[in-house]
Amino acid sequence: MAGKFGSKALMAAMAAGIAVAAFAGSAAAQGRDPAYAAARAAGQVGEKVDGYLGVVGGGSPDLKRIVEDINIRRRALYAERAEAQHATLETYAFTSGCRLIAQTEPGEKYQGPDGAWLTRGSGPAVRDSRCY
Amino acid sequence: MITPNLTESPSAAKRDAMSNGTPRIAVARSNGRGRHAGRAGMARMILVAASATLLAGCITVNAPSKPIVIELNIKIDQNVVYSLAGDAAKTIDENKGIF
Repeated sequence: MAGKFGSKALMAAMAAGIAVAAFAGSAAAQGRDPAYAAARAAGQVGEKVDGYLGVVGGGSPDLKRIVEDINIRRRALYAERAEAQHATLETYAFTSGCRLIAQTEPGEKYQGPDGAWLTRGSGPAVRDSRCY
Repeated sequence: MITPNLTESPSAAKRDAMSNGTPRIAVARSNGRGRHAGRAGMARMILVAASATLLAGCITVNAPSKPIVIELNIKIDQNVVYSLAGDAAKTIDENKGIF
């Protein structure tokens, strides 16, 4: 089956293929739109206290559209999950926001309890006192 | 059998009723139009009644003059936040694309 390439070369090719697939798989598991991921890393968008994404400072129309699309999908998810848990949408969204802010990577932007944009450092995020 | 007693003579009734070839309607006319106000007035009344019926079902919606402010401080119950924490974490993990 290996033909003139030899079984060792074939094995190496397979290993390389698996490595590429694994890398691609982890990126896909994140599932983020590349434009969204880039904006997030650049601090152009940030996690808000209410559980939605916000544009930090001025944003291009494309960025605003991406953020609005994400927020619409988040809201639909919150509505569905809140109903299943017999909670209000606002409370569920706030609870998600607590976790999302806690999960920000260093360098990303998030909203502090007073509403101002903060940059995540290496320490824990500054969160609303009602967060768990 | 009851014999009808006319206030005036029968000829007087006949005379007044047929004074100009068309039967007179002996109804008090306060504003010149009266209850039966002719075909045009009737059509107008029907139009007014119909539009009133249609308009009665309308709901007037006015946008608030001030922007709607959602007071986050009022609506968040910390006990509920604690109880939702697990489900929210699961939801975020299952939908990584938008979080």
